[in-house]
Amino acid sequence: MSSIARKLAGPSSSRGTRILGALALVSTVLLLLLGLIWSPREVDQADAVRLMYVHVPSAVVGLYFAFGVTLVGSIVYLRKQSDFWDLMAHAGAEIGVLFCAFVLVTGALWGRPTWGVYWEWDPRITSTTVTLVLYLGYLAVRRMDLDPVVRSRRAAILGIISFANLLIVKQSVEWWRGLHQGSTVGIDTQMDGLMFFTLAWGVLTFTLIFAWLLMHRFRLAWYEHQAAAVSLDDAIAARRGEHRSSLAGEAI
Amino acid sequence: MTLDSRDPAPSAAGDLQDKELVQLQGVVCLMGGFPALAGLDLTVGSGEIVGLRGANGAGKTTVLRLCAGLVTLSRGSGSVLGHDLGTRAGRRSTRKAVGLLGHDTSLYDDLTVEQNVRFWARANRAAEPDVLAAMDHLGVAGRVATVKVAGLSAGQRRRTALAILVARRPRLWLLDEPHAGLDHDGRNLLDQLLMDAAAAGATIMVATHDVGRIDDILTRTVIVHGGTVHEHPIRPIGRPGGTDV
Amino acid sequence: MFELLRDARMVLGKDLLIERSSRVVTAQVVPFAVMILILFGFGISPDLRILDSTATVAPSVLSRVTPGLLFLAVLFASLLAIGRSFGVEANDGTLDGLRMAGLDPAGIFLGKAGAVVVQLLGVSAVVTSGAFLFFSVRIEWSVARAVLGVTTAGAAITAIAAAGTLYSALAAGQRERESLVPLLVIPVLAPVLLGASQATEAALFGAVADGWPWVAALAAFAALYVGAGILSFETLLEDM
Repeated sequence: MSSIARKLAGPSSSRGTRILGALALVSTVLLLLLGLIWSPREVDQADAVRLMYVHVPSAVVGLYFAFGVTLVGSIVYLRKQSDFWDLMAHAGAEIGVLFCAFVLVTGALWGRPTWGVYWEWDPRITSTTVTLVLYLGYLAVRRMDLDPVVRSRRAAILGIISFANLLIVKQSVEWWRGLHQGSTVGIDTQMDGLMFFTLAWGVLTFTLIFAWLLMHRFRLAWYEHQAAAVSLDDAIAARRGEHRSSLAGEAI
Repeated sequence: MTLDSRDPAPSAAGDLQDKELVQLQGVVCLMGGFPALAGLDLTVGSGEIVGLRGANGAGKTTVLRLCAGLVTLSRGSGSVLGHDLGTRAGRRSTRKAVGLLGHDTSLYDDLTVEQNVRFWARANRAAEPDVLAAMDHLGVAGRVATVKVAGLSAGQRRRTALAILVARRPRLWLLDEPHAGLDHDGRNLLDQLLMDAAAAGATIMVATHDVGRIDDILTRTVIVHGGTVHEHPIRPIGRPGGTDV
Repeated sequence: MFELLRDARMVLGKDLLIERSSRVVTAQVVPFAVMILILFGFGISPDLRILDSTATVAPSVLSRVTPGLLFLAVLFASLLAIGRSFGVEANDGTLDGLRMAGLDPAGIFLGKAGAVVVQLLGVSAVVTSGAFLFFSVRIEWSVARAVLGVTTAGAAITAIAAAGTLYSALAAGQRERESLVPLLVIPVLAPVLLGASQATEAALFGAVADGWPWVAALAAFAALYVGAGILSFETLLEDM
């Protein structure tokens, strides 16, 4: 952030985020208790199953909620040129990428005891990896050195296509692996009531964390946006000033 | 392409008599976040031949590209030939109706002069006889026409680009340093071309450092500075080139 | 509609004319693609054989993985062809020229993608012949297999060209375009590689009927990207 931005920026927290943050924290503690202590060991996977309670929720929230925010933000931005949704789309993609990476790490950690290897050509893991690269591309486009409006417009187009791609990649990988193996072992395991509840609680917890991160990231982006608008006024004034300062010295 | 922009210039100028061809008010144009134009006001009437002067980086090129409908404006308003520069449809109509010769000559290096001219003439919906006449007039017919553009000199490139521009018959000519790279004959040819176009009623905006020779036909000189416009009466130029090279 | 096709044909003709006089794809991209095939031979030893009691001669691993290698070579070559397609527009402001001429942006998209399709069809013909030659692929020829193989190539190449052209326009005007476009395009084309390999696998070694669903998926993908390009090129090219 530039110095002007820092001066302009308030805290990225608000009453809303503080309440949300507290809820997320409590929810996380409960999830840890549920996942690590209260829920039973699984017959086949033993304790490795406990990773599922963070792995699956982060996948659901990251892939669908976060990139869904990017999709919606992109569509609304193209229709209404609303900066709010442009920044939302950007924030959603950043957090989605973070969650995607988390999914892959927890997936690999879970794969080692379950499959004996960190990487198995599991359809979900494979498509998640491709999706991660897909959205790294989106973030690269957001960093392009272009006029801000042009860049936002290109990113919005990409944000829409990328979501379609996410679905295509997922579907095609599933068809592909479906040819070679039966249904994936592991996650489609028999679950008892408490295990299912823990998983659902995980989704709730990660949704809260996601919402909390999104609000913070968005507000930061909003301050930067505001600061850019202010510094544009300064830049225009400075640009016009070139006029007066150099006219005197120039014999035109 | 609509019919009226294909009309010969005189009648078109007649229709637009006493109208402002170019109207820019408080225009801000951003180039990668930098305000290349910082609240610029400019009005150009029909039939005027306006010279734009100013140091490098003053914003002359951006003014011309804005009037060509190639860049968007972030603030302010503008219209060219009655087309609103603030809308995408307006910029599109503007682009079809005006002719721009920028720093780039917009030619494909791998194609010959003739292939280039033919492609661009077709793309611009220019009439075949106009194209051949223009090539002939600018001295890029004959042997030169069969040479790949990559092998041309800067001056020959510019002549080729001018031939395409002439065949396009724009109502508003936007020229960015058109004399650059041209030899003595080429410069004379260009000046004559501009005078002919002006006589036929075309409106011309030309950014140039080539002081002296073109001043005779300019109706007005405008100083662009710091992304704004500073109107000057035509005054004698003391130092050719000045600070800008 | 007429204008659109007229503009598309004009741009396509222009790009093919540029290729005819510069021979970049013919003289550089094609040899590059063939060289990739040779490199696959270096990377995967040609002596690795598959144990197969039914065959008189054990087939080499290289010959069995031909479908995937084939389309990998085409995919890498396509990155160069797509880069070239926008490379010719990156010099000397010709993209501005196209915009000034008022060509239909969707026509520009179709023309440029179409020219890439034509060039990649040529590349893939050479690469396919090369793969048969270098990898000693033995198949039972039949019309049904040939039709499936050619249709697969056509659908996959259309998908590659459409997606590649769209993403090149997204990165237009960027200095880092050369590395950005592959980053954007490769994950997008992953499903195309998958589908094309599976369909070609069926065409070469498997049951022909197994290949057609993949071709249908490839065609749907290609249609989606052609549609996306037509819809978005105006936004991408109008205000740069």
